[in-house]
Amino acid sequence: MADFDFPGGIHPPGRKALSAGAPLAQAPLPRQVILPMTQHLGLAAEPLVIPGQRVRTGEVIARAQGMISAPVHASITGIVSAIEERPVPHPSAAVGETRALCIVIDADYADEGFGELEQKDEGFGELERKDEGFGELEQKDDWLRMPPLDWRASDDDTLIERLHESGVVGLGGAGFPTAVKARVRQRHEIDTLILNAAECEPYITADDLALRHYSADILEGARLFARLTGAKRVVIGIEDNKPEAIEALNQALRHESSAEDVPFELKILPTRYPSGGEKQLVQLLTGREVPSRGLPAEVGVLCHNPGTLLAALRSVRDGEPLISRIVTLTGEALERPGNVEARLGTPLHELLRLAGLQAERLSRLIQGGPMMGFTLESDAVPLIKTSNCLIAATAEELPPVPREQPCIRCGACEAACPASLLPQQLYWFAKGGEHAKAELFNLFDCIECGACAYVCPSHIPLVQYYRASKGEIRAREQEARKAERARHRFEFRQARLAREEAEKQARRQARRQRPQAPPSTDDSVPAAHARPAPASDVDRSAQVRKLKIAQAAARAAVKKAEKNLARTSEAGQSDAAELDDLETQLATARENLQATEARLAALQGHDQDQARNSGKSEETPSS
Amino acid sequence: MSLIHTSSPHARATTSTGRVMGWVLLATLPGIATLTGFFGWGVLINVLFAAGLGVGLEALVLRLRARPPGVTLRDNSALVSGVLLGVSLPPFAPWWLILMGMVAAIVVAKQLFGGLGQNPFNPAMVGYALLLIAFPVEMTRWAAPLGLFGAEAIGPGEAWGHFLGTVAPSDAMTGATPLDAFKHKGETVLASEFWADEPLPPGTLNAWHTTALAWLVGGALLLFKRIISWHIPASLLGALLVLATLMYASDPSHHGSPLFHLLGGAAIFGAFFIATDPVSAATSRKGKLYYGAAIGVLIMLIRQWGAYPDAVAFAVLLLNFAVPFIDYYTRPRTYGHARPNRGIKVRQIDDDEEAS
Repeated sequence: MADFDFPGGIHPPGRKALSAGAPLAQAPLPRQVILPMTQHLGLAAEPLVIPGQRVRTGEVIARAQGMISAPVHASITGIVSAIEERPVPHPSAAVGETRALCIVIDADYADEGFGELEQKDEGFGELERKDEGFGELEQKDDWLRMPPLDWRASDDDTLIERLHESGVVGLGGAGFPTAVKARVRQRHEIDTLILNAAECEPYITADDLALRHYSADILEGARLFARLTGAKRVVIGIEDNKPEAIEALNQALRHESSAEDVPFELKILPTRYPSGGEKQLVQLLTGREVPSRGLPAEVGVLCHNPGTLLAALRSVRDGEPLISRIVTLTGEALERPGNVEARLGTPLHELLRLAGLQAERLSRLIQGGPMMGFTLESDAVPLIKTSNCLIAATAEELPPVPREQPCIRCGACEAACPASLLPQQLYWFAKGGEHAKAELFNLFDCIECGACAYVCPSHIPLVQYYRASKGEIRAREQEARKAERARHRFEFRQARLAREEAEKQARRQARRQRPQAPPSTDDSVPAAHARPAPASDVDRSAQVRKLKIAQAAARAAVKKAEKNLARTSEAGQSDAAELDDLETQLATARENLQATEARLAALQGHDQDQARNSGKSEETPSS
Repeated sequence: MSLIHTSSPHARATTSTGRVMGWVLLATLPGIATLTGFFGWGVLINVLFAAGLGVGLEALVLRLRARPPGVTLRDNSALVSGVLLGVSLPPFAPWWLILMGMVAAIVVAKQLFGGLGQNPFNPAMVGYALLLIAFPVEMTRWAAPLGLFGAEAIGPGEAWGHFLGTVAPSDAMTGATPLDAFKHKGETVLASEFWADEPLPPGTLNAWHTTALAWLVGGALLLFKRIISWHIPASLLGALLVLATLMYASDPSHHGSPLFHLLGGAAIFGAFFIATDPVSAATSRKGKLYYGAAIGVLIMLIRQWGAYPDAVAFAVLLLNFAVPFIDYYTRPRTYGHARPNRGIKVRQIDDDEEAS
């Protein structure tokens, strides 16, 4: 039992038995994979291959761009057949099809030589036709692995670099790059690593099956992460509806616990949605609350999904980059629901066919769970790193939403809200366009778990209202920030000009001192503050003091800008434009510092020269 | 392939507003049955006529507003308003009185404000308060508990006559409510003397107590089915009892006992069926506690010093006014915040909002 509690929560029907019964299966190798460049949070990866190029399983085909990003690896052996925009699964697809840049790889077959490409292309057409009956030809799976590492013997940088190279991202659904999370120690002190095995959403059993089959590896992955983050303990949070996974964990814990390892605590939670929400789980297991708009790391906690830890361990121990994942295939439109380990990029219709899709019964296709997942436009999109579950639901199973009725403020939503918000009030504000009030009522603390909309007797799509309101507020802030950014760019230009001017002056002064050049007369330079030292000694020392203070301030400004940039990029919630703006601010601060230093150097150099020239004063243009 | 496209969550509990209101209607049955059993057919006529008017008037206004009436009527809320006003009226209420009350409730208090969910005031209580102020004689002429079938009972035909206004109720049929009688006992009369005089028709006190308990049964059903939360009834009745006890303790000879105040009037009915109307009540659980307690206090203050013997309608309406204020100051502490927000300090995001 958990020692702490969170408010609210709901008990929707679990529907997990649908897929939890079948053993974990390996999906057959797909003949074609479509690998989007955006399978993670952050900037899109940048393709490194060209069409026609042959790639091996595990080869990097796109590299990470920027600080928050992840590379993409070939998930089958074959030929890159296209690099183009393709439909991809994405939450915003609820308003239409989302397309993103994808690398398409067509599989190699074992009985084909590496002959000329053209020949092979012809051969492909044939194969497609021939392949109606499965498995006549064996597909090649030619791996390119990285050298295995012993994590206990490797240093942190090597391990983090490996995680980064392997393209491991959070597999629970958010897709945050794991390597970035592993660097958390640089900024926050972590005492508790939480293994989030709650899997509280109905239908999903991917973590359950992963724990049953790979509990030892997952625990080893947790140890690896505990070391990287400096956590003193690992707490496993798991809901009591997964007895087999709990048993597997218990066995693995009994088997391999040695004294030097971090202590593990297995906490069995009563089944209640959303106990697996990151913030709720932190509260349940530690009693701490993640600050509003903050990260769990700020209260010394780091959460990981079992699948992520498994992928992390495999990338380190086996040198295997992230090219496959466990996905739950479920829903009543499937004849054989269950969990499969499938290669990333596999078209979903292949997986659904594998699970016996009855297309005529399918009414909606959901990636993720029924509470927070999103509907897919078609089954032609690929499996990506964040696809933990596919629900092929019939119309009876998840009936269409009834007509929205007026809110009667019954408060059922308030009783269900795990964040202690007032959903009914937020609804009124969102509907009335009173976004400032919605923000005042902590709209941005809503985790969009959907508990309120689930219980609403008036069938109001509350979460949709909140998303719309959040979007509106963000758009307005963006507008405001645009002006801010323009100002920052202007300030940067000014600072650069000032710095150049200060350096020019310093050089000029240096030149003047040595050959006793005639006093400078060109006063065309506008930057008046870039003037060199004044005449008298008293003035000069005052000037030096002033410049030193300015220098210290400029240094502090640089530090602050650096910190801002690091924090924002770490939080991973900011867009590219915002990061760019912070970079501009940092550059401005640096320019200012350089300018001040140049002026100071000029003044001090002048002083020294003067001391050498024993009081021989030099005429300087008065300002 | 045409797949359904929606925003999450995709699963929903199988509840609906119509079902919620249906439970409320069901929960009024013990109270209605008991009232009818004691005070005759008039009660039943009131309830049925008021409920029918509720539906009819709502349909009419919806038609005028060019809204499809079918969907809205299925939420049963007009029916609930009608029933609640119907049981509050004296058993001899003529049809025009009920009509006027229902027009005030459904047309003015509810639909003119925008329909279900938009009304700041409890519709049934708006109707009741209007009638009480405008027609004090008709509204305070309560019946004697003559029963349904006894020798003295008012037959259905006679009740129908009262309803149509063709037959005036005789003095033998009428009687004050206990609260009314006690209020007008006079300064010099001690409570014990007052009760010894048997000021009410025989069985009146028993009828009121039993009816209050019947409402309690219905309220328990609502609590059990989680249609209402415990906050408002508990704080309302709690505050009322505390105040009644204090008054009774200070001077038992001039104040009613706590039990008398609890069961002698509409306190229980108001606590479970009127004050809990979610639309016009406070929002947060904490706010509901304050809201309920303030209603309880007001009921006692008005009963004691006001011009009216019972005060549920006025107390509820006054607190309906205060709901936005209560809501601003009783917000729960949100996850991840050190303390709850208070008041209405709004940061303006947009300047052109002021300009427009």
